[in-house]
Amino acid sequence: MKTVATFTVNGLPHEIAVEPHQLLIEVLREHLGLTGTKHSCGVGNCGACTVLVDGTPELACLTLAMEVRDKSVLTIEGLAKEGLLHPLQQAFVDYGAIQCGYCTPGMILTGKALLDDNPDPTEHEVREALAGNICRCTGYVKIVEAVLAAAEVMRKGGN
Amino acid sequence: MIGKSQPRIDGVSKVRGTAMYTDDIRLPGMLVGKLLRSPHAHARVLHVDTSAAEALPGVKAVITGRDLPIAYGMLPVSQDEHALAVDVVRHVGEPVAAVAAMDERIASRALDLINVDYELLPAILDPSEALVRNDVKIQDRAVEANVERRVRLVFGDVEDGFRRAVHVRKDRFTKKGAGHASLEPHAAIASFTQDGLTLWTATQVPHYVHRTLARVLQMPMERIRVIKPTLGGGFGGKGEPMPLELVASALAVRCGRPVKITYDREEVFFTNRGRHAYTMELETGVTAEGLITAVRFSCLLDGGAYGSFGVVTLYYSGQLLTLPYHVPALEFQGARVFTNKPACGAQRGHGGVAPRFAFEVQLDRIASDLGLDPVEIRLRNQVRSGDVTINELKVTSCGFGECVEAAAEAVGWSRRRGRLPRGRGVGLAGGAYVSGAALPIYFNDMPHSNVVITADRDGGVTVLSGAADIGQGSDTMLALVAAEVLSLPMEAVRVVAADTGITPVDLGSYSSRVTFMAGNACRQAAEELRDKLFAGAAEKLGLAVEDLELRAGVIQKISAAEPAMSFGEAVAAAEGAGVPLTGVGGYRPPDLAGRYKGGGVGPSPAYSFGAHAAEVEVDELTGEVRVIRLAAAHDLGRALNPVAAEGQVEGAAVMGFGETLLEIHEVDGHGRLKASDFLEYKFPTSLDAPEVESLLVESNDPQGPFGAKEVGEGSLHPAIPAIINAVYDAAGVWIHDLPLQPHTVRAAISRGGS
Repeated sequence: MKTVATFTVNGLPHEIAVEPHQLLIEVLREHLGLTGTKHSCGVGNCGACTVLVDGTPELACLTLAMEVRDKSVLTIEGLAKEGLLHPLQQAFVDYGAIQCGYCTPGMILTGKALLDDNPDPTEHEVREALAGNICRCTGYVKIVEAVLAAAEVMRKGGN
Repeated sequence: MIGKSQPRIDGVSKVRGTAMYTDDIRLPGMLVGKLLRSPHAHARVLHVDTSAAEALPGVKAVITGRDLPIAYGMLPVSQDEHALAVDVVRHVGEPVAAVAAMDERIASRALDLINVDYELLPAILDPSEALVRNDVKIQDRAVEANVERRVRLVFGDVEDGFRRAVHVRKDRFTKKGAGHASLEPHAAIASFTQDGLTLWTATQVPHYVHRTLARVLQMPMERIRVIKPTLGGGFGGKGEPMPLELVASALAVRCGRPVKITYDREEVFFTNRGRHAYTMELETGVTAEGLITAVRFSCLLDGGAYGSFGVVTLYYSGQLLTLPYHVPALEFQGARVFTNKPACGAQRGHGGVAPRFAFEVQLDRIASDLGLDPVEIRLRNQVRSGDVTINELKVTSCGFGECVEAAAEAVGWSRRRGRLPRGRGVGLAGGAYVSGAALPIYFNDMPHSNVVITADRDGGVTVLSGAADIGQGSDTMLALVAAEVLSLPMEAVRVVAADTGITPVDLGSYSSRVTFMAGNACRQAAEELRDKLFAGAAEKLGLAVEDLELRAGVIQKISAAEPAMSFGEAVAAAEGAGVPLTGVGGYRPPDLAGRYKGGGVGPSPAYSFGAHAAEVEVDELTGEVRVIRLAAAHDLGRALNPVAAEGQVEGAAVMGFGETLLEIHEVDGHGRLKASDFLEYKFPTSLDAPEVESLLVESNDPQGPFGAKEVGEGSLHPAIPAIINAVYDAAGVWIHDLPLQPHTVRAAISRGGS
């Protein structure tokens, strides 16, 4: 039985008919065409499908769509404002924190939740926050650098 | 521009989530394809009943092995695979049948309705059993028992080398299998129209997929177009044609509608093609000064059920032992056997990783036996530029000594090795790797890389290349090379790559070949275009070509204050010749093959060199090892884009760290995967990964593009033995079996040594 539910995704309200067992990742990717949310492990091990639900990182592959009914979901596509990259996005580009890019959307959104909560994290706090987002390419060195650099930009009032 | 860090040209689309990976593509009318996989490790397929699945509403086609009867394989000598099993399944998870349906749920239900009659066969899971067991044949082509290939190579006078040695060590080493674990699973979408077949696929090697599709589907190559969209990591795991590519294509032809297949994570582990499990024996003789006199190496590779790249893996295992140290005599014996497991193949550092671990650990043991410093024994034995190894590998540029010194310096070697408090230690190891194989996978004399560059009057250029960016950044490398030669900003260069319908052939992303080969082709194409541009501009301006220079997007008279014309105007002037302005370039390696059987594996136009120093902490109570940092020195010839090169070194080093302490791809007693998800298959998270300091050493290769050599794979090799050698410094125990398990460290400590 499908239920029509209201979701706010990237600031826009959507009314979507969803089945009770349908996962958030499916609604985002298949119904809304938001393919920036990546499907990798399918069971909540890797963090590639991370989105922010009311500001908190959630794994879209483990979250039922109905669970986020009437909540606000931010995907990677909604992060840049008026064409301007978020400081984390800019830092990932500038610091070479991207290789294949498959972990990047989830990594950046987890990073955003961290910095919104803790504007001045230590390197260890960054590593701890990102521990649920696996990257196979970079060895994490430049990702950690990028998050710390973005934190500094944000503390100075950028975005 | 070369030598200054540049952001990736696809960076912004990746951080915005707009980069299109294969699974992100949706086509109108697209169906979902799924594969039914064998639950048995070894069985005859007696009958496949698809009638109930076909009758399910929403199912558009069901196919079995009978529909794709032609065998294929990565190497000409290993054409032993079928997209769907024909008659026999040889490992758990081997595809047997496939469906195309309206959606994923219908496709899954249809798989449940397919009935397969199996007759179970005895399974061989132990490679040493595979060596001798004649009553079970996994592959008919096995030469004896289940041996796919035996290799014996002898170079120099080995007996004399051991006679001259004053010290000889013989040790046994093992390493378990590992997997690539790319974040993006394999995915493919096929569309068949009156124009032919188009396949979008997550592949490192569009050209080989193209050839294999033509062979298996019996369709002319010109009717097939293979496109690689943005790719989410390869490391060798997407380096050969895969069943989903053939099955999606066959289903699309059958249905007349596009078909997408995306593997789930377990299917990726079933597909494997990862690092072989190794058992190795290594014997090395040295003089009193620690100079190597002879090496004898034997290894057994657990190949799994199919050939894959395995024969090449086997040859590399011995062939790369003659770098980065001078080895005057080498005897190499190896065998690769078939077992009823997912096939092993090429993984980052292909063939060299496990033997390098053995060699570097034993070299430290020899140094320890002789009372020599591990750094000193490495420097005494180092190869140098201009050397030709005993197995005919030609060293063009070599910064190995500099790498050893840089890595040692970074961890304070001379004041800290052997002097740190108990439980803490530093270790060092070296390595070397090819910058592309000098010989192609199948015999042909075409260039290995080709590039066409076209120029527009708007001042931009388009680089067409078949090279596959798999995340390493080869598209950015091509843009950078073109921008450098044409003195254009990066934004003025557009790269169109890895589309067999548009781009000229490139052999793909494997054996660390792309920067060297596609980079050289791109440089040549850009130079040709520049020459034509100068000719056109000179004629228009009434000046000699020699009087002109190209600077920051404009053409001007040398040392003139004012530009004479813009790049776009010069393009227009050059088009005055009556044809569009293009430049073409190709790279074919020189003839480097050794004059012996097996002499095609190992030769490369240039070798990278590296040395890592590790600092570790060993908890003597639990045996747990923590790697605090890796100083990773890598001789990459020239860093075209330093930030990208550092990223390669860091990533490879951390992958090596993972294989040292965590990663195991293996099956249980029934042939079922022990780890089929990212929870069980352990690889480094941001909390596990050590600090990595990349140290780029530039030896300026005479044949590399702007002096560049490989940087993608070589930095995996030294990481592993550097960590193991540091564990010795910390705890006084030698570890010979990978991955290192805390309980073996603890047991060795309580025994008071290895």
